[in-house]
Amino acid sequence: MAIVIIGAGQAAGQAAASLRQEGSDEEIIILGDEPHIPYSRPLLSKEYLAGHESARLYLRAEKFYTDKNVTMRTNTRAEKIDTAAKTVTIEGGEVIEYSNLLIATGSRARILNIKGSDLGGIFYLRTLDDVDAIKDAMAPGKKVVIVGGGYIGLEVASVAQTNGMDVTVLEAADRILQRVTTPEMSAFYDNLHTSRGVKVLTNTGVSGFEGEGTVTHVCCGDASIEADMVIVGIGIIANTELASEAGIECDNGITVDERCRTSAEHVYAAGDCANHPNPILGRRLRLESVPNAADQARVVAANIMGKDKTYAAVPWFWSDQYDLKLQMVGFSADGDTQVVRGDKSENKFSVLYLKDGALVAVDAVNCPADFMGGKALYGKKLNQDGLSNPDIPLKDLVLSE
Amino acid sequence: MTKITFVKHDGEKFEVDAENGTSVMNAAVDNLVPGIDADCGGECACATCHVYVDETWFPKTGGTNDAEEAIMSLNPDRQETSRLCCQVPVTDEMEGLVVRLPEFQF
Ligand SMILES: Cc1cc2nc3c(=O)[nH]c(=O)nc-3n(C[C@H](O)[C@H](O)[C@H](O)COP(=O)(O)OP(=O)(O)OC[C@H]3O[C@@H](n4cnc5c(N)ncnc54)[C@H](O)[C@@H]3O)c2cc1C
Ligand code: FES
Repeated sequence: MAIVIIGAGQAAGQAAASLRQEGSDEEIIILGDEPHIPYSRPLLSKEYLAGHESARLYLRAEKFYTDKNVTMRTNTRAEKIDTAAKTVTIEGGEVIEYSNLLIATGSRARILNIKGSDLGGIFYLRTLDDVDAIKDAMAPGKKVVIVGGGYIGLEVASVAQTNGMDVTVLEAADRILQRVTTPEMSAFYDNLHTSRGVKVLTNTGVSGFEGEGTVTHVCCGDASIEADMVIVGIGIIANTELASEAGIECDNGITVDERCRTSAEHVYAAGDCANHPNPILGRRLRLESVPNAADQARVVAANIMGKDKTYAAVPWFWSDQYDLKLQMVGFSADGDTQVVRGDKSENKFSVLYLKDGALVAVDAVNCPADFMGGKALYGKKLNQDGLSNPDIPLKDLVLSE
Repeated sequence: MTKITFVKHDGEKFEVDAENGTSVMNAAVDNLVPGIDADCGGECACATCHVYVDETWFPKTGGTNDAEEAIMSLNPDRQETSRLCCQVPVTDEMEGLVVRLPEFQF
């Protein structure tokens, strides 16, 4: 028997490490369908794509897993879970017994299924292999059309533009980043990309692709845009099929409780595939972020080791575009009032979102101090006089309760 | 390989062999040093890899960069020799480096 982890991504790597840190000496088997040991996905669309590999891509060195008795089975897809027999069946039919199981299958890119979408030169960006293929295809002067103005699409746009490509971003909604931020922040990022020479076309849905073997044109209704390559970033789908086919409860993700336990005994889920209750926000969420995956993995490890640990964290996220680092805490949509601190024209500002006077979200652009302030002061009532003055640290504006 | 010692808040010591060219943060996570979460993977975006460099060693780590300064500025546990260890590359000159861990990460 062993502790089995399905998926070899961010949550899986952290869970294995945390299990050893919590003192588990049971065998751990990680089943991952990619050919790689766990790596940092955020770097893919940032430093790795840009070719500045200052940070190490792999979360831990390969030696870590061998030293710690973690059996890493890459290129191995789990096909079935049997929660009664407590087994996982992998490709080829081998059956592996588990004492505890962690489903950390993450998510996959949503695929466009329209005319010409199977042409060559159309890429998605989820895995290391995806990015290696994109890097090979990118070259200065080439025309790249990016479908979807979300964070990943815009990060790719900034790298491609910086590398001298001709970049067009197509967004079906009336503004980029529509799903994740306010109209003001969308306008700021639209302006940022446009000023660097990216063509940002909103209200522009893609109806098909043309080309012979390889894409040459992207069709948007009557319009046609020339393209040497296309990168599609239109969101993700949580990998919940394995769980739902095993009768494990799912509802926009695998349903877990605050200890990351699923509806099946000895079966946990963590990361992009898990839908969890957040006691701080007072609602259920399925998040797509590394801190969420890592924190949930730590909670799973503690609970497997019989410790009573629950997950309660304010969500945070970041995105790098050009020389701007955006760091976010909480959800701006939760606020009823917003206050801008600093100077947008200097690309150094933060937007604070308050609800009934209490801080519920921060978007910080090149303002890491306000990001850290947001993490520390979440939920605190702030004095609104002075809030727009970036020289007054946020912590000095907290009202006593 | 370069020897680095991490000293936990309660005095417990972790002596590790770090590979040159990686970061002090990488050395900590590869060796299960507790308390270095490193959630952002070394992008200087999370500040969960805060350490205090032993005074005698601080100059050899090259001093803090602007991104690090900004993100640490609000940390109440900040000290003179604070670093985010994902920003500290491991080099031969660091043989014997000693860093201490704060009680909590921010
Ligand atoms: C390009 C890009 C940029 C991002 N940038 C950021 C960022 O800046 N900040 C941030 O916080 N988050 C970012 N994210 C999101 C973040 O990477 C994810 O939230 C995180 O990786 C989730 O971790 P996970 O372990 O749940 O899933 P993953 O890391 O996706 O790992 C799941 C693994 O399971 C494998 N798998 C699935 N099904 C099976 C099966 N049946 N058998 C075996 N293996 C299986 C998958 O192939 C995958 O390797 C980014 C994501 C991408 C793609
Ligand atoms: S690992 Fe995130 S700041 Fe160092």
